[in-house]
Parts: sequence; structure tokens; C-alpha cells
Amino acid sequence: MSSIKQYLADFGWPRIIIFFFLLSLFVAAPFFGVRLDNSLADVLNRFGQNGIFVLAMVPMIQSGCGLNFGLSLGIIAGLIGALLSIQAGLVGALGFAGAIAMAAPFAVLFGWAYGRILNKVKGEEMTIAMYVGFASVMFMCIMWIILPFDSPTMIWGYGGKGLRTTISLESFYKRVLNDFLAIRMTPSAIIPTGELLFFSLCIYLMWSFLRTKTGTAMTAVGSNPDFARASGVSTDRMRTLSVIISTFLGAVGILVYQQSYGFLQLYTAPLQMPFAAVAAILIGGASVNKGSMLNVVVGTFLFQGLLTMTPSVINSALQTDMSEVIRLIVSNGIIIYALTRKLKVTK
Amino acid sequence: MSGKYTVKRFLSENAVIITFIVITVIAIPSSQLSANYIIQEMITRLGRNSFLVLALLLPIYAGMGLNFGMSLGAMAGQVGLILAVNWRISGIEGLLFAALVGTPIAVVVGWICGSILNRAKGREMVTSYMLAFFINGIYQFVVLYVMGMVIPIRSPAILLSRGYGIRNTLNLESVRQSLDTAWMLTIGPFSVPVVTFLVIASLCLFIVWFKRTKLGQDMRAVGYDMVVAEAAGIPVDRTRAISIVVSTVLACLGQIIFLQNMGNMATYNAHDQTSFFAVAAILVGGASVKKASLPNVFIGVVLLHLLFVISPRAGQNFFGSAMIGEYFRQFIGYGAIALSLVLYASKARREAVRVREVQYGHGGGKKAAGEAR
Repeated sequence: MSSIKQYLADFGWPRIIIFFFLLSLFVAAPFFGVRLDNSLADVLNRFGQNGIFVLAMVPMIQSGCGLNFGLSLGIIAGLIGALLSIQAGLVGALGFAGAIAMAAPFAVLFGWAYGRILNKVKGEEMTIAMYVGFASVMFMCIMWIILPFDSPTMIWGYGGKGLRTTISLESFYKRVLNDFLAIRMTPSAIIPTGELLFFSLCIYLMWSFLRTKTGTAMTAVGSNPDFARASGVSTDRMRTLSVIISTFLGAVGILVYQQSYGFLQLYTAPLQMPFAAVAAILIGGASVNKGSMLNVVVGTFLFQGLLTMTPSVINSALQTDMSEVIRLIVSNGIIIYALTRKLKVTK
Repeated sequence: MSGKYTVKRFLSENAVIITFIVITVIAIPSSQLSANYIIQEMITRLGRNSFLVLALLLPIYAGMGLNFGMSLGAMAGQVGLILAVNWRISGIEGLLFAALVGTPIAVVVGWICGSILNRAKGREMVTSYMLAFFINGIYQFVVLYVMGMVIPIRSPAILLSRGYGIRNTLNLESVRQSLDTAWMLTIGPFSVPVVTFLVIASLCLFIVWFKRTKLGQDMRAVGYDMVVAEAAGIPVDRTRAISIVVSTVLACLGQIIFLQNMGNMATYNAHDQTSFFAVAAILVGGASVKKASLPNVFIGVVLLHLLFVISPRAGQNFFGSAMIGEYFRQFIGYGAIALSLVLYASKARREAVRVREVQYGHGGGKKAAGEAR
């Protein structure tokens, strides 16, 4: 009995409440004329679409850098990769792989610089990460206007300057992962197998990485910096490495997101993206300094489930669109909950 | 301590403000705006924004950093304004009414904010930022659903066509610039909103007076060292919460002053950038997370808004795109915040290493210092 209580306490009441809320949404859905198969397929699609952003939170949490509010840097690297891939005229799977390959050097470079900054400001990482992210997004807004891309699908048609706000991926690599081995459950509900497989692969790679010598050292730096230093691990190097990995995953994350969504969103679109990922991993049970693969999967599923189900069910039930308000309150409430919890390092 | 070292230190401590002056000096000629226009804009914007920026001072004194949660107060002020327009209370009375409604709400949300920040010591800034988002959700809920459904709204002009919820844009014609024009002094080509400046001046006097009271002294003690303050018998958590409450109430009044000057209000996102502009201004003015003064506020407002006024035009003339200027000014705002936070945090770290050096002897400290770099 006490062990169940302990488990519930560890899992955290907010998560349990959200879980039951989501469950009741699924139960209620058929009564309001919302098709369950479609909803489930939507949830799975968005699960794969957003999962890698959430996974990107893990390395920095492990190395003690806190929540990566500056994930937009990775997103920007991904966008640059995607644009270069389109400019080079790559299509299909090659286009997607090319985008990842071309995003990688930018992600490493941005991550390295960003990591250097965060090493100088230990203890204040999160606020600074947020503003470094914001400033970079705004800087890139200027760049999107003046960079010399000239593929006709990307630039404004009518003599305007710069890249379009949204670029269609229709003729490039739209749904290249989603359609790979896709299973048609019912006539209208398709399971995006490829996307889910790709997400699983990323999770597996991260899981195995955290079990290598470097991965263990990274966790040690996060949970006990003094001990790590005493055993000859360079704190700063580990932290920088974690930031680079996180930034790279952000780049891959946006590419997976785009191929599923079908559009490339530039300019101010990346501004708010990190917050959703932060909220998701916290809903999954991670804290500011401890995060696992299970947290990623549970969190992404619960958060995306909530985002998918509340508009459809609540709107049909109340005849009014309250989903945005619910999203704001739930996702930001959970972030505050996590920030106000006492740090528990030893576990 | 050679002369070179002092110059370097001066440059690093004032990097943000110096960068700003340099950019502005370069950009002014290319904007092709007349000096008269720029000066008039500065007078207007000082009146419009200073009060909001002053609201940031107290939490900085109390060691809680920049209160990004000030938009909580802004939302309270907006609720007051909505109700004032609803009951058709116009002019100065309308503003007073809005303040009367907004202040109690600001006290309550400020107290909630203060208590939550007390549970997140060392992470106040990021928590207050998220709190602003969270309360934004509740504000949207209240204004979009509760108003008109539960709170009766008399004026159909401000209601959405579906019968409840407030329209996206609220016309503040009835209270528009009533504080500014109460006594508009014309000096040469410039018009000065005297009453607004009197209100701002009295707030400055209040802050100067407040710093000398027992509570003000306690606040600085808490900001300097919480442990020592606790040992000295100062109720740390309560003092911190009060600083946030006062800041929230001031933000509420500041937002009312801001909006009466603007003349209309984007109901659902007028408060989004309140803290961004205020925080950017005070940091550009030379304040840091731990240290701020009245001059920082006014220098900051002038410098930041000078750049804001000229950058769209400079962008237009320089790159042939007004959007570049628009993005540039946002970049410069966020960048200024990031830069000054980084400079302050890295300085604080160097200090900590130095203290450790003194405490644990030179050898150990050397190693720690090497590690920190």
C-alpha cells in the first residue's frame, strides 16, 4: 500500500489529473460525435511529430543545464538545413536526409557557441537561454529577408524581398517519414508508422548514449558537479556537449515536424516552440534536473493528446472554442509546478 | 590597477549602454527624421512608458531579479479599463475607476505571484516569466468567456457578436489621453503632458521615500543576503512577496497610463510585451539584475525608444525594407536583455570564484578559477 502511495507521489498529482482528464476525453468523445479512430490517429501523428523536440530536452536536463528554453537555436539550424536542401533541389527521402546532413554543421556550431555562453552563467541558464533563443529568432528574421536564396518556391513572387513566411514542401519531402510503411486502420485513420519508427530510433540512440561512458559522465556532471570534477570529468566540456546534442536534436525535430506538417515555417514561428517541448517533458514527470526516456514518451503522449482532444471534444460539448485557453493554463501551469518543486537530486 | 584595466572594466560593465549609443548614433542620420519629431516622440514615450519601467525597481532591490510577472498587473489594469468603458465612465474619472478596480485584483495576483516565487528561490525570473503566461490563460478565460456570461456587460459595442466575450480591439475613446491632456503645456514646438509627468515624479519620490522606511531597508537587506536577513529577524518571504505586490500594483497603474495614451487596446495581447519593453528599457539604461536606480529607468526609456522610433525608417532607407527595421528593433530588445543578463551572471560567477579563493586559500582557488573559465 505504502509503495503504491510512494509511486503515486513520485508520479505527481498533476500528471495523474491530466491522465484522467485525457482518459475522460477519450471516453466522452463518441458521445459528442467525435470519431475515436481519427482522434487516435491524430494523437499518434502529433506524438511522432513533436516527440523529438521533447527528447531534445533530455541531455541538457541530465547535464544540469536545466530546461532548454533556447531550443529555437536548434530549430533555426534545422530550418537552414531544410532551405539548403530545397535550394539544392533534393527531393523525397534524399531531400530529408540532405536537410539533416546540411543542418548538422550549423547545429553543432550554434550549440557550441550557445553552450559556451551557458557555461559562463551557471545558475541562470534558463532565463538567459530564453532570451538568447528569442534574440536569435529575431536575428534570423532579418537573415531570412537578406540571405541570397533564389529557388522560386521559396521567395516571394511579386517582387517582394526575401523568403516566404511558409514554404510548401509538397514537391520536396512532405510526409516522407509519415507515409513509410503507413498502416491504414480505418478508411480515414492512418498510422504514421515511419514517423513513429524514426522517433523510436532516436529514443533508442539517446538511451544507449546515456549508458556509454560519456553519457554517464554527463549525468554525473548534472547530479554532482564536485564529484564529477573530482573523478576527472571536465564539467564545461560535458555541458557543452549536452547543449550541442540538444541543439542537433532540435534541428532534426523541426525537420520531422515539417515533413509531417507539410510546410516550412520561417520568421517568428520558432519563437514559442520550445515552451511546448518544455511543458511536455515536465508533464511526463521530468524535473528541472532529472529526465528519462519514459518521461519523454509519457509526456509527449499526454501533452499532444490533450492538445488534440480538447479542441475536438470540448468544442463539440460546449459549442465554443476553449482549447487555446485550456492549453495556455495546462502547459504553463505544469511548467510553474515543476519550477517550484524542491530539487531532488539523489533518487 | 593600471589605467588600461579600469578602461576595460568600464567598457565591460557598460557594454550594453555603449553598444546602444553607438548603434543609435549611426542610425539617426539614415532615418532622415527631424530633430523636432524625435524630441516630441521622446517626450510622449517618456510619459507613456516610465511608470511601467519604474514598477520593476522594487523586486530588484529585494534581490528577486527582473519581475517578468509585471504583466499580471498589466492585465489587472486592463480588466479595470474594460469595466470603465463598459459603464461609460469617461475622462479622468474613468481612469480612476479603472485603477480602483484594477488595484485590488493586482494585489491578489501579486500576492499569489510573490508566494509562488518564494517557492522558486534562485529561479525567480524564469518562474515569473512562465507565471505571466499562466495568468494570461486565466485572463483570456475571464475576458473571453466569463465577461458577458457571468459578469454582466452592458455595452453591446464592446461585446463579440456571439453575445459574450470582449472584442479583440477595445476603443478607449472615452478615456483617451485624458491624463495627458488634463494640462498640456506647449513649450516652443513641443507639447508636454504635465500631469502625467507629475504622476511619474510623485512615484519617483515615493520610491526614494520607500527605500528609507523600515520595510525598504529590510528589502535591501533581503536582496543582499537572505540568510543574514533571516538571522536578523526580517521576515524574508513576506518582504519578498510585498515587493512583488507593490510592483504588480504599479504595473497595473502603469498599464492604465500607457493605454490611455495609446487610445485603444488589443484586448488579448496588449500585455504580452509589457514586461519585454520595460525590462529591455531598464537594462539598456544600465541596470543589472541586482542593481538599479531611477536614472537607469529614464536613460533606458529614452535610449530604447529612440532606437524604436528610428529603426523602422532606418531599415527602410538602409535595406529598402521596413520589416527589417521592425525585426531589428525586436532583435535589439531581446539581444540587450540576453547580453546584460549574461554579463551580470558571468560577473557574479567570477566574484563567487574569487570569494572561494579567499576562503579556501590560494591553491584550491586557482584550480576552481581555472575550472570556471
